Amino acid sequence: MGLFIAQLLTGLANAGALFMVASGLSLIFGVTRIVNFAHGSFYMLGAYVGYTLIQVLPGVVGFWGAILLAGLAVGLIGMLVEILVLRPVYRAPELFQLVATFGVILVIQDLALMTWGPEDLLGPRSPGLVGVVRIMGEPVPKYDIALLVITPFVALALWYLMTQTRVGVLVRAATQDREMVGALGVNQAWLFTGVFALGCGLAGLGGALQLPKGGADLMMDFNILTAVFVVVVIGGMGSLPGAYLAAVIISVLNVFGVTYIPQSTLVLMFIVMVLVLMIRPYGLFGREEVAGEHGQVGEPERPIKPAGLQVRLLVAAGVAALAALPLYGSGFMQVLTTDILIFCLFAASLHFLLGLGGLVSFGHAAYFGGGAYVAGLLVKHAGTPMELAFILAPLGAGLGAFIIGWVCLRLTGVYFAMLTLAFAQLLWSLVFQWGEFTGGDDGILGLWPAKWLSGTTPYFYFTLVFSVGGVLFLRHVAHSPFGYALRAARDSERQAEATGINTRRVRMLAFSFAGFMAGLAGGLFVFSKGSIFPNELEITRSFDALIVVFLGGVKTLSGGIVGAAFFKGVEDVLTRFEYWRLAMGLLIIGVVILAPDGIVGTLRKWAERLGVLKRAEDES
Amino acid sequence: MSVVLETRGLTKAFGGLVAVNDVSLQLHKGELLALIGPNGAGKSTCFNMLMGQLRPTKGSVHLMGEDITGLSPRVIWRRGVGRTFQITATYASMTVVENVQMALLSHNHQVLKVLPYAHKMHRDRAHELLEMVGMAEQADRHCAVLAYGDLKRLELAIALAHEPTLLLMDEPTAGMAPRERIALMQLTADIVRDQGVSVLFTEHDMDVVFAHSHRIMVLNRGQLIADGNVEAIRNDPRVQEVYLGGGTVFKSEDEAEDA
Repeated sequence: MGLFIAQLLTGLANAGALFMVASGLSLIFGVTRIVNFAHGSFYMLGAYVGYTLIQVLPGVVGFWGAILLAGLAVGLIGMLVEILVLRPVYRAPELFQLVATFGVILVIQDLALMTWGPEDLLGPRSPGLVGVVRIMGEPVPKYDIALLVITPFVALALWYLMTQTRVGVLVRAATQDREMVGALGVNQAWLFTGVFALGCGLAGLGGALQLPKGGADLMMDFNILTAVFVVVVIGGMGSLPGAYLAAVIISVLNVFGVTYIPQSTLVLMFIVMVLVLMIRPYGLFGREEVAGEHGQVGEPERPIKPAGLQVRLLVAAGVAALAALPLYGSGFMQVLTTDILIFCLFAASLHFLLGLGGLVSFGHAAYFGGGAYVAGLLVKHAGTPMELAFILAPLGAGLGAFIIGWVCLRLTGVYFAMLTLAFAQLLWSLVFQWGEFTGGDDGILGLWPAKWLSGTTPYFYFTLVFSVGGVLFLRHVAHSPFGYALRAARDSERQAEATGINTRRVRMLAFSFAGFMAGLAGGLFVFSKGSIFPNELEITRSFDALIVVFLGGVKTLSGGIVGAAFFKGVEDVLTRFEYWRLAMGLLIIGVVILAPDGIVGTLRKWAERLGVLKRAEDES
Repeated sequence: MSVVLETRGLTKAFGGLVAVNDVSLQLHKGELLALIGPNGAGKSTCFNMLMGQLRPTKGSVHLMGEDITGLSPRVIWRRGVGRTFQITATYASMTVVENVQMALLSHNHQVLKVLPYAHKMHRDRAHELLEMVGMAEQADRHCAVLAYGDLKRLELAIALAHEPTLLLMDEPTAGMAPRERIALMQLTADIVRDQGVSVLFTEHDMDVVFAHSHRIMVLNRGQLIADGNVEAIRNDPRVQEVYLGGGTVFKSEDEAEDA
């Protein structure tokens, strides 16, 4: 009994930081509609800044003052980020802003590395709260008790701010209808800035508060990000009580999980999330989103046409140049190009969903990594020949996508995105923690291609055929009745359903097809590396694909592959430098600001302005 | 005259509120029937039940003698019912002709095909339909840049794509300029005459209603209070009372707004 209560208290204490970070994310999303990927980074900054301030300010007052100041400082940094990075891109297509926040993650990672070094920092003790108290004989850290007391006060203060003050009224009004609030004379720009700063400040406060428990390290940002997404989604987007309850559930679950079923703590969290969303699709306290017809901002997509003869010749020339690569390129160039080709196929498969279907999947790595693992596991456990394993990879991924799609497609918009993420994370945690079967963190090694494909050049050609073939087929399907039906469902579900199109079936098939293609890329990947690790299923891999689709231009057909080639190419050059993340992050932010329509979309507009391309009528 | 659409005792209650109460109506072949009534009379609820968006609490809907109560919008469409929306719904990323082609693809059960090029399929038929509504010249324009009146006409072409026996039009002229309204309803009346389609429409603009409908039914507080030809409805004291109560004497909306 004592142990039970002690663990319950620890869980409740852990919920504090999680709640603060999650409520910040939830607030920011509610008002600005930005899914702030960088939210974990602000949490990390809070920890680092707090650490430094505590060194400077002595004593009890200094400790608590430092924590408050850390929150304040991170809030200010958030304000700066909002003004410099996000303001220029508010008018870009929906969700484009998350690319910018991804750039911010990279920049903050390297800035933290530069400033505080690569070593993990041990958290300072809280003066006066060192040691434990005994509760029914079980030790509970004094600091946990302090956190337990502080968190409800922060929650109450937030609740008061939101419900009892004019600022809160404005924020809640903006959550429901931004345009209306703007029309009523509220300065939207500063409201957004303020909310973003407040949200970041909360994350910073959370980071600083957990210092005595967890210290500060460079992995904090991504480590908390998934948990925060889970909390926000379980609680319901935009709901403070929901975020609090969900943070408590997740934290308590974690503490008990570590004690009783240590090998499946991660799985547990995601299973809870999936279950909650299946029963209450909008979270415990969330409400259904009232979106417009297709939830899109900005100008609508242009009509598409199959490529003309000129473009076809150009593509053929490009493929021929690639095919001749072994004649003039080094072995390294071939390996690099193989990587790029695989990534292009992966990105193109996501673009099919995102660009044509308007279906934002945050967990597309599940099918890429999933396909790779299907092949890997078959070879490892069943001694399957490589060729057969390679064929089964996309089939397995497609089947998985069909099942996951069946559940996720009951939701739309950001809830759909979050549920796809939840499933991807569930898969990742399964692979990560089920070590006996999947090899866990150590991955699966020794997965080499068949003899006739071994060697850099044969495998390069193998990849070339399937990647280019896959990309071209995806493109062809875009022009087929099925591709049109997918766009019709995105443009106007009402009209599509009213004219006999089963939009759910169309989306299910599109989701499975995209999963199949991602699995094909995964199959190519696993045999090109000879190994597979859980990080191919991870949230960062999903984000990579998402980023390149937006970067290339979600509203253009070739956005996916152009973004992927650009991203991989640049990454290869930059990773040779020590602070490559900083450079990459700044580059991404730069592209986002200069090319709000993505690389392809913006190039097209420039070409139209210069008269190189015919301008679409009445569109600017 | 054969009955195309019939409702028997159609009723819809939302909790305690009975939005549509025991409505029985018949629509004959080739008829242009207007369903009018003040705001909140139950027109839209009635329409949504006919089109399968809402399930009636009581009563039934029959199409050509077959019970279609509670079928989904998709199935009702396949049975030969076309519809246009009060707020236009078109595929903004496609060209005008592609919008019509999409409906034709669906009609021919071809939306899951991945091999042929969609833009080459049913092009001629789509052009014919656009010709019918006077949109042929704009066939290759981007749908997103069309004027509102043109969108309405495009929607009409989409609704006619599967040669429906019945066309349901929910406030077809809402949001249009007076001259466009007359033109659109004239177009509809011509199509009714030439194609033998039957049309049920709701409408606020009395000029439009009186000028074009063959028969008018008046709904008030969920109940049918009058059913007759234009003259009869114009002189019906109960109808006058309902509309006088709403402050709208029989003028066009624009005049009413000016006043």
